Amino acid sequence: MESNGGDASRILREIETLKATKTEIEQRISALEAQLRETNLDDRTGTVLNGSCPPISTVHSDFGHSLSPEMIYRYSRHLLLPSFGVQGQSNLIKSSILVVGAGGLGSPALLYLAACGVGRLGIVDHDVVELNNMHRQIIHREEYIGQPKVKSAAASCLSINSTINIVEHKEALRTSNALDILSQYDIIVDATDNAPSRYLISDCCVVLGKPLVSGAALGMEGQLTVYNYNGGPCYRCLFPTPPPTTACQRCSDSGVLGVVPGIIGCLQALEAIKIASAVGEPLTGRMILFDALSARIRIVKIRGRSLQCEVCGENATFTRQQFQEFDYEKFTQSPLSTLPVTLNLLQADSRISSKEFKEKIAKGEAHVLIDVRPQHHFKIVSLPGSLNIPLPSLEARLSEISATLEDNEKGKYSGSGPQIFVVCRRGNDSQRAVQYLHKVGFTSAKDIIGGLEGWARDVDPDFPAY
Amino acid sequence: MQLTLEFGGGLELLCNSVKIHNVNVEPQDIELQGGTKKLIMKDLLTWIRGNLIKERPEMFMKGDTVRPGVLVLVNDCDWELSGQLNTTLEEKDVVVFISTLHGG
Repeated sequence: MESNGGDASRILREIETLKATKTEIEQRISALEAQLRETNLDDRTGTVLNGSCPPISTVHSDFGHSLSPEMIYRYSRHLLLPSFGVQGQSNLIKSSILVVGAGGLGSPALLYLAACGVGRLGIVDHDVVELNNMHRQIIHREEYIGQPKVKSAAASCLSINSTINIVEHKEALRTSNALDILSQYDIIVDATDNAPSRYLISDCCVVLGKPLVSGAALGMEGQLTVYNYNGGPCYRCLFPTPPPTTACQRCSDSGVLGVVPGIIGCLQALEAIKIASAVGEPLTGRMILFDALSARIRIVKIRGRSLQCEVCGENATFTRQQFQEFDYEKFTQSPLSTLPVTLNLLQADSRISSKEFKEKIAKGEAHVLIDVRPQHHFKIVSLPGSLNIPLPSLEARLSEISATLEDNEKGKYSGSGPQIFVVCRRGNDSQRAVQYLHKVGFTSAKDIIGGLEGWARDVDPDFPAY
Repeated sequence: MQLTLEFGGGLELLCNSVKIHNVNVEPQDIELQGGTKKLIMKDLLTWIRGNLIKERPEMFMKGDTVRPGVLVLVNDCDWELSGQLNTTLEEKDVVVFISTLHGG
């Protein structure tokens, strides 16, 4: 009891401390917001360099450059680099960079771009921060879970460097708004996570003549290059035809080691900084292929701009209007948003809701529950009594289903035989499995609508989601 | 002919999840182009399809070339720069097949 009392007072003390910190942070945020408004105002009137802190209205012409004393101190380690120096930093401060996507790639890219003093930094994202983002999207803090990623990312950037101008674009990038948003920046960083967005951003960069720093990561691998710059190719020169949708895996399905997009995002920041400061050789006409597991980095030479490219080629006439009318979702056969696909392959009487399934269990109806997810998914969490037969091995393991059915039949029920139910993560593969089972004679098989996600949502809120 | 073949970006899943394959492709193993004794990428693709790809060949090839979204690199150089399907291969060449990634 005594230890409980001690715990309680310790917790109360901690709450008090946190509340004090919270007030302090809120005050700081409003001070910064006020400062930001002032900076924006100054930017428009063009009187001051991109927001020094506190705003200084005189240019330090004595030094022969436009860096304020505070900037000199803040960026001193950049200025000490002979190959970067005052010129590189001044270029950076005058530049504007847009990062599309504040996720695994965008997080480190934004943090470094904010820290290094890019004058105006734009962030595009329509999503909110979720707990399962935190392992890789290191710009976000736990207290921002449920809040817009742009808001969270902007707050982190400003807490690192309050002297730069951060612009929040809390919307999904579409053909209707892309020209307007991208045209406000010198350099575009593609930190998105899907094929249609990649084509959309690349085409828009070609139309507007902007360099594009493009990164991608999945599983244990990453890729990086600079498109549409110094005679290099655009995304379409390299990939004129979109890949089949089955080849477009997403982190939410295939997984990703958190640090892998982190590394690629850092390299994206580096390439953007090189272009913005006009220092070094940009990664154009070359591509970095990063394999984390085998610790291998390959830098390969890729084709130059393709004369036949439909967007940037010699005879291409891809206009703003054509861009705005282009259907990227249709072109790539995949959605611009990352919402999971919901298939509808079966007749209603071959399907059952998770609630109905729960009732059947409660009544003790004989059944066989087959979970067709991959084995490593099954190991994360599964429904009790389910039999794991991953979809690709279903054909080879039909005899196991027959055997299980027979065992069940011998058991409790003499009347109608046990029924087959199929479950997966979201209710797509289970439909494919049921289609197949029907074909091979298990005509009573039904899939559980919405899969385990549906089960967690409608039946058992304590069932872990992943 | 000794060649090193590498599969990445998920293509390794089509060949038993093995990324690097040190293979010996003899010119007699393959159909020769116009009677000349050389191995070109077109022949190598046929050989790979027959010998290395264990599942879903449509995820690797479309028609007689690689499917859209696959970059082919011969000695770290885009095969577009060396003649694509007609690229002539030589002893100890390294050929990389990599599926473009979209995640982030």
